[in-house]
Amino acid sequence: MTNDERDARTETTWQTLRRGLALSPELRTGLAATLGLALVYMVGRVAVPVAVQQGIDRGIVGGLNLDVVWSVVAVTAAILVVTTACGYLMMRRLFTVSETALANVRTRAFRHVHDLSMLHQQSERRGSLVSRVTSDVDQITQFLQWGGVILLVNLGQLVVTTAVMLAYSWQLTLVVLVAFLPAVLVIRQLQRRLGAAYATVRQRTGTLLGAIGESVVGAPVIRAYGIAGRTARRLDEAIDNQRLAQQRAIRISIVGSSVGELAAGLALAGVVVLGVTLGVDGTLSIGQLTAFLFLVTLFIQPVQIATEVLNEAQNAIAGWRRVLDVLDVAPDVADPGEQGRDLPAGPLDIRFAGVRFAYPGGPPVLHDIDLEIPAKSRVAVVGETGSGKTTFAKLLTRLMDPSAGAVLLSGVPLAQVRFDSLRSRVVMVPQDGFLFDATVGDNVRFARPELTDEQLGAAFTELGLADWLDGLPAGLDTPVGERGEALSVGERQLVALARAYVADPDLLVLDEATSAVDPATEVRLQRTLDAVTRGRTTLAIAHRLSTAQAADEVIVVDRGRIVQRGPHDELVHDSDSVYGLLYASWLEQTR
Amino acid sequence: MLGRGLGVLRQAIREQPRIFAVAVIGSVLFGSMVIVSAYVVGAVVGDVVVPAIARGEVGVGTLALAAVALFGISVLRVVGIFGRRLGAGYMQYRLQAAYRRRVTRRYLDLPLSWHHRNATGTLLSNANSDVEAAWYPIAPLPFAVGTLVMLVGAIVSLFATDWALALVGLAVFPALFALNVVYSRRMAPRQARAQRLRAEVSGIAHESFDGALVVKTMGREAQETARFAGRAGELRDALISVGRLRGVFDPLLETLPSLGTLAVLVVGAFRLRQGAISVTELVSVAFLFTVLAFPVRAIGWVLAELPRSVAGWDRVRRVLDATGEMPYGQKVLDPATPGPATLTFTDVHFSYPPAEAHEPGAQVLGEVGFTVPAGRTVALVGPTGAGKSTIASLAVRLVDPDSGVVELDGVDVRDLTAASLAGTVALVAQVPFVFDDTVRANVALDRAGIDDEAVWAALRLAEADGFVAALPEGLDTMVGERGTSLSGGQRQRLTLARALAGRPRLLVLDDATSAVDPRVEAAILAGLRASAGEPGVPAASILVVAYRRATIALADEVVYTEQGRVIARGTHTELLATVPGYVDLVTAYEQAEVDRAQERAYDDEVAQLPSGLEIEVDR
Repeated sequence: MTNDERDARTETTWQTLRRGLALSPELRTGLAATLGLALVYMVGRVAVPVAVQQGIDRGIVGGLNLDVVWSVVAVTAAILVVTTACGYLMMRRLFTVSETALANVRTRAFRHVHDLSMLHQQSERRGSLVSRVTSDVDQITQFLQWGGVILLVNLGQLVVTTAVMLAYSWQLTLVVLVAFLPAVLVIRQLQRRLGAAYATVRQRTGTLLGAIGESVVGAPVIRAYGIAGRTARRLDEAIDNQRLAQQRAIRISIVGSSVGELAAGLALAGVVVLGVTLGVDGTLSIGQLTAFLFLVTLFIQPVQIATEVLNEAQNAIAGWRRVLDVLDVAPDVADPGEQGRDLPAGPLDIRFAGVRFAYPGGPPVLHDIDLEIPAKSRVAVVGETGSGKTTFAKLLTRLMDPSAGAVLLSGVPLAQVRFDSLRSRVVMVPQDGFLFDATVGDNVRFARPELTDEQLGAAFTELGLADWLDGLPAGLDTPVGERGEALSVGERQLVALARAYVADPDLLVLDEATSAVDPATEVRLQRTLDAVTRGRTTLAIAHRLSTAQAADEVIVVDRGRIVQRGPHDELVHDSDSVYGLLYASWLEQTR
Repeated sequence: MLGRGLGVLRQAIREQPRIFAVAVIGSVLFGSMVIVSAYVVGAVVGDVVVPAIARGEVGVGTLALAAVALFGISVLRVVGIFGRRLGAGYMQYRLQAAYRRRVTRRYLDLPLSWHHRNATGTLLSNANSDVEAAWYPIAPLPFAVGTLVMLVGAIVSLFATDWALALVGLAVFPALFALNVVYSRRMAPRQARAQRLRAEVSGIAHESFDGALVVKTMGREAQETARFAGRAGELRDALISVGRLRGVFDPLLETLPSLGTLAVLVVGAFRLRQGAISVTELVSVAFLFTVLAFPVRAIGWVLAELPRSVAGWDRVRRVLDATGEMPYGQKVLDPATPGPATLTFTDVHFSYPPAEAHEPGAQVLGEVGFTVPAGRTVALVGPTGAGKSTIASLAVRLVDPDSGVVELDGVDVRDLTAASLAGTVALVAQVPFVFDDTVRANVALDRAGIDDEAVWAALRLAEADGFVAALPEGLDTMVGERGTSLSGGQRQRLTLARALAGRPRLLVLDDATSAVDPRVEAAILAGLRASAGEPGVPAASILVVAYRRATIALADEVVYTEQGRVIARGTHTELLATVPGYVDLVTAYEQAEVDRAQERAYDDEVAQLPSGLEIEVDR
């Protein structure tokens, strides 16, 4: 458990609300007017019992007077028209303000997740980040649309009803309150248990979704290994566990509404017994007693659904808290923004000054790297898996910041460079060529939407990929499918490379960007890339040493240190060196 | 829509008749008690309170009776609530569970080609939210049925009381009912729109966060946020329109029965003067209008959910009714001959099904024929997009050919039982798939006869024993969601161990070591060659999709493919001598080196030339 989570748990509902309101000040706009309208709306609820009392006492019992009944009814009807209109206006204002504010929160949280460092994004389950901008916010809006209104109106109703009851008889009011008191205590208990039960439902639903996901995504493995039976058993178990949790939750919920119902019965009985006694004493009229019976039923509804509404309220608050918590995480690799500097124009040179890096709580991955790479050079970084070469690329593109030391581009420390300058001049092609569910063309023009199909076509031709593009069913308009899965792994890498190429960077960082492409295509790509990136700086992380052979200089990383650097032809002479051994193995593999 | 919606409800009742009966009985009991409570309240006022106050003394007996009656009704209502809500809830959850089971069973039964045609997200929501939506109206259904019974009972009791008051009821109850129907009719499309937009917003978030690295490295955060904000804005507008409709109808639905109560006061007072009714009856009817308003809304809830239910049901049925299973055959390969198997492709054609039904599918393979003889290793070589992965899928029968035959030991793979097939061949895919489970479970997959010793042996062979031993809990370490806690190379080696643990007689490796370092790969391949008990005799035939020369060098034969056709077969040396495309592919690196050497020589010459001139000028 991180510190954040612990703090979040001890934070009270009020603190969360205050934090949320501070973040969305628009929620306060016109709040007083909305509450005023709500109050008027609630008056409508007690209008009928009051009318019944007035009608009975003044127009029916003890001498019929139809005129009185008429006027009571007419006045009440007029009041109802007004309160209904107020109800409409209140909801309209409430929904407009709250939905607008929450849509803004949603968008801000989305942006914030993108602003968090790669390290932070990876430390969270991807699904949970998605929840912050989807289900967590949905939970708040759904609550506001149903439970929130009920809670608001019913709280007011309890207050207004109690006021009217007190006006009629404090003794009977006391009876009602005493009858409901045990229910309130029991409901508080139940609500806690219901919260836990729903938490179990959510957790088991998560497990179930995971199991379904595996059965869909892992379909080839399930089929190839003939393990449908095992998979079915796991699915059934997850399905049943979820059902049992749901059934447990509904049992608690029913007990909650039953308690409210019994309290109402108790209150009704109590009101009748004491009411008649008071009536005989002459302190209570028949109409007032009747009105009381009506008023007690107004008490039932809120209490009956109280467990559900309170639970939903708690979920909504918890969702809000999670969203606020994400927004509160300061991006640890932050854009210096306005105060930042632009990278100087022209080709970029690279300097690592005493750079050290360790993942939080982990052993050091890179030790004291001091390195200068002149502008326009083409450098390959090689080393075994886990040597730290990918970390190198991530520091260079400022996906992460070093634990100590600094990375400088053309003399400017990366931490001072504005992101829009950095991202337009330095582009990295990651090994996993993630594509968006769009066409090939749209993916390639991702960074530069203004490019025309002709310009894209020209770019593919320059990269020597025109033939491959022509072979696609619809050329640039070919859809690539979810995550690009309609293309082969190698083809995805070709599109990702074209995407980086048209972005026209001054420093291009390739992280095993062609690992799944066939050798002939790779070599061809390499040559065309060399040609088209001449005059810019390129740094390639490679495990195919063909890349290293073609580079101006090779940097060999071993266990977090640079152990060799120089042109391939020089390094390869020392056959006992790290590079010599890597190269010998490579030759063995390819010759 | 209504007819189809009721059809779905009928289906639900047919599947869970008993529990539905319990729920409806509970609901009817509750409804009856609502009516009874109105008359008891009326009686208490008219027959207990009024006479008591008039007489100025309390009749203890009648008072006690009234109190017991009021509390007793509450108890009976609680019984009704238990029956209704418990029944409805259990029915809904059981149906959900049953259909989730059926849908996921279909996923396991339907062929991979069907899976390819359907997006992952669609299949996930079919089994999850669509099943849920289909049975959503079940929750309020018993309440609605009970309410209908109650409404009829209310009208009947009203007529029994007084025809004039009954007329008020006849005006108010149908109006209330109609208002509910209009409300749910108007609400359904708005809710559906909001639901659709919610899914789209979530889709954008999923994709955008999945591609976070690309977004970040290209500095497209602002544009992605704009894309998200656009859809979130549409969702906001949809939710506001839902809220406005609610703002119109919720207060109206509350006001209408109140107006009814007021009408009862007027009409009742009039009838009272005529002597047609008593105070008891007047209060009873007024109370009835107050307590009836809420249950009537249950009917609206059911109606409001019907369109969503039908849509969900249609999508669920689409999965349940999907055909094209790949049935397994009856034949079993002789288990008495545990040696390597022979794989034969004869004139195999394959195309992926078209996106649109009327278009022809894209042909991926044509006239593919080759053999992997028992105990031999065959390398499948070809440029990116040549159909190699498809051949690998056909070999282990993940898909069936359009025409032609794939045979194992001379038996068409379509005639083999599932167990025989899975026990004979194993595929290691290009992109490793790891289950959210322990290392042990990922390797053994609960297959019979694979104990810890066998798991370790397989891990050793896949060069994975080192990193697994270093994991905090060894074999018991959970590898997490899709294996995210492992590196790409580690995941590949884990899936390789999974294949080896089953001691397959034919191993199909689809570029399965691409994320593994060359040295590690060499060790793995050497291990595979010597994996049999006796040296020199391999345990399995191997079909390997490869680019690396070392891998190809291990093969007894090479099958070279281009654009879905077998261009040439033969030994590496033969192909080098005869097939230009093959030469280009496998000698690409050497060729590049030669070219570079030439270029360098040329560059040097060119570099020397101007310097020579300069010297001359200087002189």
